[in-house]
This record gives sequence, structure tokens and C-alpha cells, in this order.
Amino acid sequence: MADYIIVGNGAAALACIDGIRHVDREAPITVISAEKHPAYCRPLISYALEGRAKPENMGARADDYYEKNGCTVLYGEKAVKLDPAAHTVTLDSGRVLPYGKLCAATGSSPFVPPIEGLDTVEEKFTFMTMDDMLALDAAVKPDSTVMIVGAGLIGLKCAEGLAGRVKSMTVCDLAPRVLSSVLDEEGAALMQAKLEERGITFLLGDTAAKFEGCRAVMKSGKTVDFDVLVLAVGVRANTALIREAGGAVNRGILTDTRMRTSLPDVYAAGDCAEGYDASIGANRVLAILPNARLQGECAGENMAGGDRVFDNAVPMNAIGFFGLHALTAGRSLAPDEGGEIYEERTNGGLKKLYVKDGLLIGFELVGVMERAGICTSLIREKIPLSTLDFDLMRRGATTAAFSPEVRRQKFGGAV
Amino acid sequence: MGSRTRGNDMKRIYVNEKWCLGCHLCEYNCAFANSGRTDMASALKGKPIYPRIRIEEAEKTAQTGKSAQTEKICYAVSCRHCADPLCVKACISGALTQEDGVIRIDRSRCVGCFTCVLVCPYGALSPDGDGVMQKCELCLRNAVGEPACVAGCPNRAIVYEER
Repeated sequence: MADYIIVGNGAAALACIDGIRHVDREAPITVISAEKHPAYCRPLISYALEGRAKPENMGARADDYYEKNGCTVLYGEKAVKLDPAAHTVTLDSGRVLPYGKLCAATGSSPFVPPIEGLDTVEEKFTFMTMDDMLALDAAVKPDSTVMIVGAGLIGLKCAEGLAGRVKSMTVCDLAPRVLSSVLDEEGAALMQAKLEERGITFLLGDTAAKFEGCRAVMKSGKTVDFDVLVLAVGVRANTALIREAGGAVNRGILTDTRMRTSLPDVYAAGDCAEGYDASIGANRVLAILPNARLQGECAGENMAGGDRVFDNAVPMNAIGFFGLHALTAGRSLAPDEGGEIYEERTNGGLKKLYVKDGLLIGFELVGVMERAGICTSLIREKIPLSTLDFDLMRRGATTAAFSPEVRRQKFGGAV
Repeated sequence: MGSRTRGNDMKRIYVNEKWCLGCHLCEYNCAFANSGRTDMASALKGKPIYPRIRIEEAEKTAQTGKSAQTEKICYAVSCRHCADPLCVKACISGALTQEDGVIRIDRSRCVGCFTCVLVCPYGALSPDGDGVMQKCELCLRNAVGEPACVAGCPNRAIVYEER
């Protein structure tokens, strides 16, 4: 009998394996992997399109990782039904596997909106997986005209990956700015300008209302001709397995700070999970890689009998195009909630620090990246700004802003 | 995150702030040790250097009674080789790994995304001239074999020991 089953084989799944093995070196682990590849570094797919990463060098772990960790990976299998009372999971092949503890690390899937005439488009792609990337890679030619629906991280990284490989690219988004879920207007404008420098055309506040073969008719009435279409509107957490088993699901699978779902012995981690987000003090899907790893590891340790709590997740995003990088963490201030914003603009760079109730609650940095993680630590660890020289810190992130005692703690011993 | 057993049984680089003169020699010794060259002039002269250890410098004015005193702070910072490293967990490319406690970077895999810079609480990673990240690997993988910053520190402010 398999003691542990992990549904999924991405970043959260690997971290879950690591977490289990911190506590339990022995009991077998079964990994159910819908994708037919060993786990790979998913965010590298845009770099592969660009030629900066090679598919054969994108593996997330060493080749012998699963074997060394006592894992059996079932490639190309999907978990279709969970029976929490019987502690079994059924695969699409009909096989029924018993489990002691199970972790849903099922990730998310591209959301494809029901746009009229989408079925008339021949060359259409999503951009989430290695296979998506390989299909798109094979479809584009130097004379391709590409249309990307969605100016979020996925759509724009795809655009960066294709830049220089195709004749033209148009990116549209219903939102009035690029990267609207991560950057404010000013930061977004800087990133958009960088992308436009490379010949990418934007249609913002507008989206495809209808497709007619190789033509998109926009909501505004404009038309865009293309021969390759990429749909990057957004993603949805893969929650069906848990929801259909009666588990609590909102936009993601609801978990507590030990990554337990509402079902006994069932945990969830990564993009499918809706865990505690300390920046807003509530549960939220935080579909970012560090979170997948931290949640996965926490879930794994707890599945194996440990007692780990993960209660300081905050949004953290590093986004870069053509050498211009934006780093954000935490959250910004709502217009009516008070607090202070420290702003600084330098040639092409932008720094905004959001302070509330004596704490740094978030920042947005564009083009000024140096030692940003020190500011991230202020947010994650909720360090009162009264205990440090914030004037010094906001001029440029530095540990020199901490008191001598704190510096001695930070640098004087093992951490 | 919760409390995992800390891996204290390894040598790390420690800096005694009181003894650091802010002379920047550690930065030069680091850049030279990792240059792959055999003489310092051809490695460093007239070139921008990208050391993996950096001096943090600041001036603070402390008010004692009626007189203000300006205090100069300086100390060297390099990777702490955290037992539970956030940079490794956040790395999108698999470039950062931890083996026997030492956090290493495979520069052939790094795509320069800055996620590690975003999460390192010490500010210990920075890009080199090619936009690829670099960090202290304790000189274990270069020809020097042990930390060059430690060997070259004129006031023994930087030490390599187990604590």
C-alpha cells in the first residue's frame, strides 16, 4: 500500500516529497503526473522559446531524484476521483490506489474564455507547459504574425520568448495596463515601453470579441490579423478532485496554515491551493513559485507526522523583460486606507514603498533591484520600522539600517 | 516557517563588524579568486569587478546629549548559507541548489530573473556583468579552495569557522 500519494508533479509536488523525506525516510511515495515529463522548471518555458534554456537542461532535479527518494511516478495518469472515507484515489485508467496521506498539488490550467468563433482558429495555443511551448515553438516561423490575448505574466513572457523570432506581435488585454495584477499604472507603463521598444504592439482596454479564422474582431471594432494565436487570459486552480470529493473549495482548495484541506489526511499545495496570505490576513490563491515550494514542503512535513506551520506567505514577484526588471512584494495601499507611500524616481527606475501602522507592507521596484530581499524580509517578518533606520533603508535596501544587535544576530551565527 | 533543525555543523564566513576597516580588499580578493586568472592585474585592472562579498557602508548620526556624533558603519556581507534557504526555494531555473549545506549556483542554468535578489534577506546575491547571478560559494569550486576574502583580510575581521 502506498503510504503517500501526491497528485501532481510540479514545484509543489517536489517540495512535498522533500518535506515528507525530512521526517520519514522510508514509506513509499506515489506521484501521479498528468504530464509525461519528469518535473521541470516550468517558468523556463519562455526562456526555452527564446533559446536561452534548452529543454534537456530544464529538469527541476537530478535524474535519480525520484529513485533516491523512494518515489514511483505514474506518468500520463490523471487522478479522477477521490474517496476520502475509503482513502482511495481512482485514476483515469480505472486503477484504484489506496493512500495514507494525500497531497493535491494539481496546479492550475489556462482559462480559455468562450469567445465566438474560437473554433475557426487553426493555430491556437496556451502557454503553461513544456508541451504547450514545444507546440508553439514548432508553429512559429520568421514571417508569423502573432496575436497574444492577455498581457499578464504568461502572455508577456511568451511575447518576450517570441521576440525576434516572428514578423510581428500584438498583445491585447481587457485591463487598461499590462501586468495589471502585479504593477500599478506607473510601473506597468515602464514595462510596456520596454516591450514596445522591441516592436510589440499593445491593444489595451480591448479584447477579442470574435474570431473569424485568422482575424480577430475586437470589442472596440478594430480588427487584428494573425496566423498564430496565444491565449493567456488567465489560469484557474485545478480543484475538481477535491471539490467533487466534498472538500472545501473557493477559488482554490482551501487549506489551513498546515496545508490541510477540509478532508481528513488530504493536503493541498501550490497553484491549486488557497492558503493563508499574510499580506491581506486572509486566504487567497498565491500562484507563485516560492509559495508552491514553501507550501509543498510544509504539507509534506505534516503528512509525515511533523508539525510545521506556514503563516507568512506574501505575494512576491520578479518580472523582467529584455533586461528591465520589476520586483514587487506584499501589497500596495488602498486609496482610502491611510498609510504612507515613499516614492523615488530615477532615470527609468521607480521605487515605491508602502508603509502602514509602522510596518512595511509592500513595495514596487522597477529598475532598482539591489538587495531588494532585505525589504522583503521586513514584510515577511513584520519587523517594526521603529526598530531600524528606515530613512537609510528607503534610500537603498541595506542591513546597515538594522540596529547593531540585530546585525550581530544576523551575521554572527548560523542562520 | 516553523523550526527545522538548523544545520550548524559547517564552516561559514563570519565578519566582525568592529574590526572591519572598510578597505574593500575582500572584494578584490573575491573577484580575483573567481576570475580564473593567475595574476591580479590582468584579472582586475581597469575592469568593473563583481565581487560576491560586498562591503556595506553607512553613516549614522547618533545624538548623545547635546552633541551629535557621526558613526561610520562598515562590514562585509556574503552568502550566509542559510540552513533553510529562501533563494533556493524561489529559484525558477534550478540554478541554485544546496549540497552539504553549501548553496551553489549553476551559472549555465541561471536566466537572471532576479527572484533570488527579491527574497534574500541579506542582499547576498547580485548579477555579474552578463546579467547572470553570482554568490559566494566559499571558494570551494575555484582554484583557491578556501575563502580568499578570509585569507586576505588585513585585520582578520573576516573568519571562516564553525559556530
